[in-house]
Amino acid sequence: MDDVTIWIVIIGLGLGSYLIRLSFIGLIGDRPMPEWLLRHLRYAAVGILPGIAAPLVVFPAETGGNPDPVRLLAGLATIVVGYLAKSTIWAIIAGGGTFAALTLLGFGG
Amino acid sequence: MARASQKNLMMRGILDSAPFLVVLIPFAMLFGVVATEAGLNIAQVMGFSVVVIAGAAQFTALQLLQEGAPVVVVLLTSLAVNLRMAMYSAALTPHLGQAPFWQRGLVAYLIVDQNFAIAVNAYEEEASWSVRDRVAYFIGVSIPVVPAWYAFTLLGVLVGSTLPEWLALEFALPVAFLSIVAPALRTVAHIAAAATSVVLALCFAFLPFSLGLLVAGIGAMMVGAQVERVMERRHG
Repeated sequence: MDDVTIWIVIIGLGLGSYLIRLSFIGLIGDRPMPEWLLRHLRYAAVGILPGIAAPLVVFPAETGGNPDPVRLLAGLATIVVGYLAKSTIWAIIAGGGTFAALTLLGFGG
Repeated sequence: MARASQKNLMMRGILDSAPFLVVLIPFAMLFGVVATEAGLNIAQVMGFSVVVIAGAAQFTALQLLQEGAPVVVVLLTSLAVNLRMAMYSAALTPHLGQAPFWQRGLVAYLIVDQNFAIAVNAYEEEASWSVRDRVAYFIGVSIPVVPAWYAFTLLGVLVGSTLPEWLALEFALPVAFLSIVAPALRTVAHIAAAATSVVLALCFAFLPFSLGLLVAGIGAMMVGAQVERVMERRHG
């Protein structure tokens, strides 16, 4: 890893990431978007974040990618409590608490 | 009193995203530690966190650099990890598109998973907000995320030791993301989209370059949109 390579990656990745982020919000601005597209975009957040989380919960790297009941239960607790309580903070407490409690009780994988 | 209300909304944004510091702080520190151990100097480590501000892409680039992958491969692979942000940009456009270009340019720089998800959820609930209100709120939800990302990367560089095992970092991230999504599941369409995302992401987890996530995201958005249409027709 020489310095020039590292800087090329930093600047290239920074510039590329910025252009990705700017794409729609920069180019489209206040021009109207078609109804079908808006309808899809309403589900961007709830459609992408669970997809990032799910493999990390079900195939955790720490267990060599094998499902681990402690993480599955803690993930489930996060979703159920967050949904019922409509609260992010309670969801974090439920998920983190379940994980910590089961790990301390010796169920950790 | 528009200015006062925007100040309040910025404050509310800060409070709404502050809980995620619990996850962001160890992650940012971890990047500082790992990048320093990989041989990057302080300017390069901070360059990553200030110019890129995207944890997953930064870790990916760092790993590929260490493996000696060609620069083109490093860039394309790490950018693929960030492609989901094009969808975030599109989803923010109906809410923030009327803002002046410089503000949209600033918002674009700040977009990451947390502030995006928290902000769009608030925008959908608070239909009466003006564009200036929404921008103020977005800046608010970004404050505990972006400056903290710089600061704790730097702390990681300076402290330089490995983080305690009990933090279970790899598990903190999914808990944080699920805790944002769960309270946002307002309708059957939202639940269907989230469930689809989980199933597709697990089925396509084997795909390289985070492509499984793109399949899951696009599939989930299609299911959400379809269910919304069906429900609308049913309720007239």
